[in-house]
Amino acid sequence: MYALKTEQLSKVYARGKQALKSVSLEVPQGSFFALLGPNGAGKSTMINILADTVIPSSGVVQVLGRNMQIDPLWCKQRMGIVPQEVAFDPFFTPYEVLNIFSGLYGARPDRVWIDTLLDRLELAEHAHKNTRELSGGMKRRLLVAQALVHKPELVVLDEPTAGVDVELRKRLWDFMRELNQAGTTILLTTHYLEEAQELCDHVAILNEGELLLSGRMDALLRDVAGRSVWFEFAQPLQLSATQQEVFARFNPRIEGHRLILATTHHQQASSFHDAYMLVHHHFGAPVDVSIDQEDLEDVFLRMTRKHQ
Amino acid sequence: MMNLNHYGAWTLFMRENRRFMKVKMQSLLAPALTSLMYLLVFRYAMGERTVPNFQVDYMSFLIPGLVMMTMLQNAFANSSSSMITAKVMKVHIYFLMAPLSAWEVVLAFLGAAVIRACVVGGLLLLMILPFVSIPLLHLGYIFFYGFCGSVLMGGLGLISGMWARKFDDMALINNFVIMPLTFLSGVFYSVEQLPKTWQAINDWNPFFYLIDGFRYGFIGMGDADPMMGMGFIALATVAMVVACWYLWRSGWKLKE
Ligand SMILES: Nc1ncnc2c1ncn2[C@@H]1O[C@H](COP(=O)(O)OP(=O)(O)O)[C@@H](O)[C@H]1O
Ligand SMILES: [Mg+2]
Repeated sequence: MYALKTEQLSKVYARGKQALKSVSLEVPQGSFFALLGPNGAGKSTMINILADTVIPSSGVVQVLGRNMQIDPLWCKQRMGIVPQEVAFDPFFTPYEVLNIFSGLYGARPDRVWIDTLLDRLELAEHAHKNTRELSGGMKRRLLVAQALVHKPELVVLDEPTAGVDVELRKRLWDFMRELNQAGTTILLTTHYLEEAQELCDHVAILNEGELLLSGRMDALLRDVAGRSVWFEFAQPLQLSATQQEVFARFNPRIEGHRLILATTHHQQASSFHDAYMLVHHHFGAPVDVSIDQEDLEDVFLRMTRKHQ
Repeated sequence: MMNLNHYGAWTLFMRENRRFMKVKMQSLLAPALTSLMYLLVFRYAMGERTVPNFQVDYMSFLIPGLVMMTMLQNAFANSSSSMITAKVMKVHIYFLMAPLSAWEVVLAFLGAAVIRACVVGGLLLLMILPFVSIPLLHLGYIFFYGFCGSVLMGGLGLISGMWARKFDDMALINNFVIMPLTFLSGVFYSVEQLPKTWQAINDWNPFFYLIDGFRYGFIGMGDADPMMGMGFIALATVAMVVACWYLWRSGWKLKE
């Protein structure tokens, strides 16, 4: 079952800007999902469609198996959304805001849960101040608490950590991880790719409104992320014309004593073994081998640059 | 499939009430005091004059109209300022995001506008009644016109708030629509005293019917036929509520 599923979702804004181009995205229930993309990729447009502040031009949105156009209230009740823009209610204190939000979602305020949220998001000592007095980081954490107060099954966070310092960011992520382990699906956008790689088990990359790829994080790193293998020898190397041809599929490069080959990993089959056997056959045993793997950031940059 | 979230609607209604209670100096006390000033000024300027066609003293004529005008202005002010503040602060997105149907949102906003109007109107009456005694003939009329007027103006305020992009836009509506219509509508004088063209405009001015009908509830006299006024106002009120519902549901000026 998918916590969120979009089918050929498109959005053209009033002034003709196409922000989403037939995006079909599947967010499995229980996943910790990173929606990545450079600025202007359409991430917020997607999230704002879920928030019902942007009307899609075409396509279908399903939340936990139900069509959002047909069952908007049912779907909305099960989502907690943190918008990108920090918007806060100027009339109330964080404590009041959380009570109101709980009620808007049809749930009588759960004191214990509200106190837990205030505590975990480090707002407890500011709970009775006017929201106007909160710092930028506190306001953003209040938005997170707001989105969680009705215990949604799908939590959507649009850059929740922008402008939040490292320590707090880490604690926020720890909290999100706990929620995820308790069964909540989490969909987030962030610019911190290292953190996304560490935290998330699923990832999608959006670029100029198009979905470039989507799937499990480990599969992406295995199948899409490139690897270069460095074979080090005691003596300097040179490739003959025939050797050039033999190694061609590994994009061979020579750097002094080193032979660098690009290996791939597709459908469980790694080309590393072939590469190693070939190297051994032509040059004997290397004195050292090291493997350099592209991380999420490398893949992200490579994929989004290619398309510019 | 239709499912409703009454508790959510109740919460929004209570939020709206608590919002104006948070600023009660400016939302309740200030408007009541302003109206009291009008009353004093006119009391001494007009003295013992009477109003043509009305066999009552000027105070009995003036007070009901003034109370109604205050209620109408405050119903408008409540939903319009709540909505424009929400838009400027971008918190309106939370009203769209929440699992509330358009009916529920509209009823919550209009309900709070009615409460605000009644609280300010009641406050004003409480300030006046110890000093001036006025008749109170038909409670039903008073409730009908007070309620419908507040709903009408609350609805107009909601729509204006949705339409406006900044506080200036709101001031525009207030100064060029609300104020002229209230002043023309016979709060301070009988519309019979107005030139014919103004009277023709007033045939279609809901403020006129509201103030005239509300006053009829107190003194049992009016410029218009109270039954006809009732029909007109009932229709206008229903149309207003439906318009609010339709605009909210379509996301007019709120959704991209
Ligand atoms: N309200 C809007 N009206 C017109 N264009 C918009 C609007 N919001 C976003 N866009 C445009 O749509 C594209 C996608 O924006 P957005 O969804 O905010 O991207 P991201 O969140 O990935 O940075 C951008 O080119 C942006 O300029
Ligand atoms: Mg964005």
